[in-house]
Amino acid sequence: MIIYYIICVYLIALLLWNFIKEKKSVNDMVLYLLVLIPLILRVLRVK
Amino acid sequence: MMKENKMSRIQMIKILLLVVVAVAMINGGMELYKHRHYQLPIVAGPGITQVKKLSEYCEGIKGTMADTNVFFLEGKEPGGKILIFSNTHSNEPAALLATLIFMENAVVEKGTLILIPMFNHSGSRNTRPGDGYPLYFEIPTDWGSKKFRMGNRDASWLDQWPDPDVYVHYPDRQLLSFIDTRNTNRTWPGRPDGPLMERVTYAAMQIIREEKVDIAVDVHGAETMFPVTNCIVAPEKSMRIATMASMTVKAREKFDNHVEPSPSGFRGLSHREIGDFSDAMPFLLEAPLPFLDQPTGPKTVELLLDGKDPFLLSLSKKGKLFVPYDETGWPIAKRVGQHCSVIQELMKQFTRKFPEKTISIQNVPKYADVVKNGVGHYYHNPDDTDKKSVYFN
Repeated sequence: MIIYYIICVYLIALLLWNFIKEKKSVNDMVLYLLVLIPLILRVLRVK
Repeated sequence: MMKENKMSRIQMIKILLLVVVAVAMINGGMELYKHRHYQLPIVAGPGITQVKKLSEYCEGIKGTMADTNVFFLEGKEPGGKILIFSNTHSNEPAALLATLIFMENAVVEKGTLILIPMFNHSGSRNTRPGDGYPLYFEIPTDWGSKKFRMGNRDASWLDQWPDPDVYVHYPDRQLLSFIDTRNTNRTWPGRPDGPLMERVTYAAMQIIREEKVDIAVDVHGAETMFPVTNCIVAPEKSMRIATMASMTVKAREKFDNHVEPSPSGFRGLSHREIGDFSDAMPFLLEAPLPFLDQPTGPKTVELLLDGKDPFLLSLSKKGKLFVPYDETGWPIAKRVGQHCSVIQELMKQFTRKFPEKTISIQNVPKYADVVKNGVGHYYHNPDDTDKKSVYFN
């Protein structure tokens, strides 16, 4: 199970990096953040 | 200058988006966290003689969210043994409510009653936000209302993760849906070192084998559009007793509860594997649960408790439902009352067939009593009870 949490953390880092680097598309920014929500909730063991 | 303004505008948007998403996540996350950690107080009635943990029968669930309380009600005289477990699917609350009526009121004269009110304990701390499930529901009682967690059909991913692409059932190797790896009515008979839910069903099998249980009753609820509803599911070895119980409640208590045969080719189900892997006679009880049907209005607490829905009413008039359905819906008291009566009738029919293994209990209401007085009438106030008799699940 632990390896899946590590994968989640890696995906969170990727999404945050993409969010930071995004300079033009607000749509993409919103999508990066929306995809982040379930991953963060899983890593925090909320849902 | 232009470039600086543009950058600051993008940064402003990013900060705004982060704040909005963070607020939404914290707000929603807190609700889900509180739901998972809400403790339901349940009162051990006068008949409880021992309380154990499920992990005493399988080390592999010790310290996990799957561990749960097992209550023993032993009579003064020996006799047969019956195991009743509910919340196999934690989104079928009539089962839990009926089991708690036994737990808080039953007094055993002969034989032993073993109760596991929250069998899939992880599932009871899970929810289904995508289907708009309510997080809680309340049952009115004589002393106020009792608040319950509304659980989910399957165990939480927080406790068993990841799901496989396909669930390979143990030991038959039948291929089942991936989601059924967290469904405690597909993981029977289980194994001590399998996925967590297989360990849960293995622990229950160990109770059945070690305690020499004669009857195992798995209590459920099912859609009105599903043919296996309002019934007793029984394998070959339990069929006679199930049929007699079904006929008796229809004749004496005036409600239908037909018998469905347990399919021998569909593996992992309690009513199949318990019978095949132990000497016990398994039964699975289904009461109609309109909340679970797909073509309904919003999944509200009212729908859960009253079972009233205009879409189901319309479908009923077109003959699409497998149970009678009118403007009165399927109130929770009817469903819980049915479970109480059918379980008692199963005990009675078993005792008739095996008098040397008599199971005799007192003080549990029947269908008509629960419909008349309401479910909550049979629950005791945990605040007015000796703290030693209150258990949190």
